[in-house]
Amino acid sequence: MSQLAIEVNEITKMFGNFTAVDKVSFGVKQGEIFGFLGANGAGKSTTIRMLIGLLEPTSGQAKVGGYDVKTQTDLLKKNIGYMSQKFSLYEDMTVEENIHFYGGVYGLSKEKVKERKKWVLEMAGLQGRDKSLTKTLSGGWKQRLALGCAILHEPKILFLDEPTSGVDPVSRRNFWDLINELSSQGVTILVTTHYLDEAEYCNNIILINAGRLIAQGSPKELKTEHITFPILEVETDNVVTALELLRTQPWVVEISVFGTYLHVGVSELDLGKNAIRLTLATKGIQIQRIEQIVPSLEDVFLHLLEQDMKKVAA
Amino acid sequence: MKTIYHIIVKEFIQFRRDKRMMALSFMAPILQLILLGYAATTDVKDVPMAVYNQDKSVASRELIDQFVHSGYFIIQKDVNSLDEIDHEIEFGNVWMALVIPPDFSSNLLARKTASIQILTDGSDANSANISLGYASQIINTYSGSIIADIQKRVPLVTRPAQLQPEVRVWYNPDLKSRNFMVPGVLATVLMIITMTLTSLGIVKEKEIGTLEQLMVTPIKPYQLIIGKLLPFAIIGMIDVVLVLIVTRFWFAVPLQGSVVLLFALSGLFIMTTLGLGLFISTISKTQQQAMMTAQFFIFLPFIYLSGFTFPVENMPQAIQYLTAIIPLKYFIVIIRGIFLKGTGIAELWPQALALWIFGIVILTLSVMRFKTKLS
Ligand SMILES: Nc1ncnc2c1ncn2[C@@H]1O[C@H](COP(=O)(O)OP(=O)(O)O)[C@@H](O)[C@H]1O
Ligand SMILES: [Mg+2]
Repeated sequence: MSQLAIEVNEITKMFGNFTAVDKVSFGVKQGEIFGFLGANGAGKSTTIRMLIGLLEPTSGQAKVGGYDVKTQTDLLKKNIGYMSQKFSLYEDMTVEENIHFYGGVYGLSKEKVKERKKWVLEMAGLQGRDKSLTKTLSGGWKQRLALGCAILHEPKILFLDEPTSGVDPVSRRNFWDLINELSSQGVTILVTTHYLDEAEYCNNIILINAGRLIAQGSPKELKTEHITFPILEVETDNVVTALELLRTQPWVVEISVFGTYLHVGVSELDLGKNAIRLTLATKGIQIQRIEQIVPSLEDVFLHLLEQDMKKVAA
Repeated sequence: MKTIYHIIVKEFIQFRRDKRMMALSFMAPILQLILLGYAATTDVKDVPMAVYNQDKSVASRELIDQFVHSGYFIIQKDVNSLDEIDHEIEFGNVWMALVIPPDFSSNLLARKTASIQILTDGSDANSANISLGYASQIINTYSGSIIADIQKRVPLVTRPAQLQPEVRVWYNPDLKSRNFMVPGVLATVLMIITMTLTSLGIVKEKEIGTLEQLMVTPIKPYQLIIGKLLPFAIIGMIDVVLVLIVTRFWFAVPLQGSVVLLFALSGLFIMTTLGLGLFISTISKTQQQAMMTAQFFIFLPFIYLSGFTFPVENMPQAIQYLTAIIPLKYFIVIIRGIFLKGTGIAELWPQALALWIFGIVILTLSVMRFKTKLS
């Protein structure tokens, strides 16, 4: 018996000659939080749209909750929740009117809508504001209300397309708490984001670049499997020149800028440290700090993206 | 059924909150009607006129007197050559010239057909037409009085003298152009409002992303379309009522025909405009695009080619064929017919049929496009 809530097999979407999603395959287990990562334009939204029956795949198959996304779209739509990139609320309607409308079109009974309304207002922290116009709410509230409207009909599978974009950090944190709670109730959640730090909250992740899947696994697996060399965090008084100098050194495996620091992957730890000191000294660049760090998911993804780029170029 | 009801309720909630749309839908038609109703009065009076009287007889002076007393014309100038007339018209000093040939009275006396010439400034075709209409009436009346006069004196004359100017037939016996224009304004305003509301209403949901959200709910495309179009049809019918009231009671345009028929055929016409609105929404990504498309590809050509401003019969043959696909043309015939002539369905069924066919075709086409666009 398959435990997979979502099964995707070589799904592909072409827009004319342009391949937006290129033979992507993955599986999502029941009740897990599944992260879908990639830069803007990587093909995240396009993939989701195929999985919820909005776009017909050019080729490949996918099953969501056991329903074929090509042939069983009606059943599919009844059993999933979807929150699109733009929070799709009617801004000129009140909180309550939005809930009534979405409850109505999902075919919920009056009593059920009432019960769910209470739940949504509580979940979103909107008690007492049910008569407020949606456009008067701040980003975080809108986002939680949009989530509430998307799950009024209590779907077992939920698709969230960049739910945290354009929302303040506190609201983002709160939102992930909500997602965790839903997941603990057994809801399967597929969530896309381009905030790499959010990937840490997911049980499993896939990373796509230019429509192609380039890595998958749990955050822990990704960190240990892909980066096999030490990474040094270097704080200097001239990041730009330091980057230029180090980039071409044969013993530098990888280098990237993290805020005001450099992350330098080197082939060997002590040798690397010394070589960095020497190289920067030739141009009189001061090093404030240099130390080995545990790679973050961000390091892993940058590494994977770079490798992918090299592969494409080759 | 329930789903459609929820969509309709939502549409009305949003419509009620959108003060600009409300104003556009209910105030704009009335304001436009009033403005255009007054502006559209092409009734002319005190037309400046030149007279080139080569005859200088009692008869010719009598004819000129008729022009003066009618109140429609003012004799601006007596001229002595055709060149002079040319000059006066060119400089806009006069709009019309009456030329009485030297043999005018002798022909009348000889009981031959006496001809006179009327020249007008055609650059304002509308006013020219109307002034000609007045002139023809005056000449007809004068001609009639001569016949009566001669017959009184010489009762046995078989072929009396006569004047033969060109005669125009107007639906509007008292030549009230407003009566003619206002029903046309009603038709165009109705078209603009319903089509604008429909195309914007759908494209707006595309823009803000709610359309995508709706497509993931179990709503079926046909439910969405009915739910979105029905409210606009209702608003359109309310507009018909409002505009009818203004037309009837403010402008006192008499409604000769059946109100029920007018409503029924307005409903048919709205079906075509909603279909066109839906079609525009399937080819537009933004509200601005939708508005531009509607204005340049629908409103302007429809208004110019429908017979609202220029009579279709005066257009080149090729263009006349083109007007066959313009629903506004049929509706203008219908609405002028019902208003001015009291025409019934017995005469108007070809137009009604044309609207019906157009409506079915454009709605089917749009619904198909709408569906494939979404899936
Ligand atoms: N309807 C469409 N027609 C043509 N190109 C599209 C369409 N939708 C998306 N794309 C293109 O496909 C690529 C992937 O887009 P998308 O899935 O929205 O990326 P993401 O959600 O990861 O930012 C982009 O280059 C985008 O321009
Ligand atoms: Mg996206």
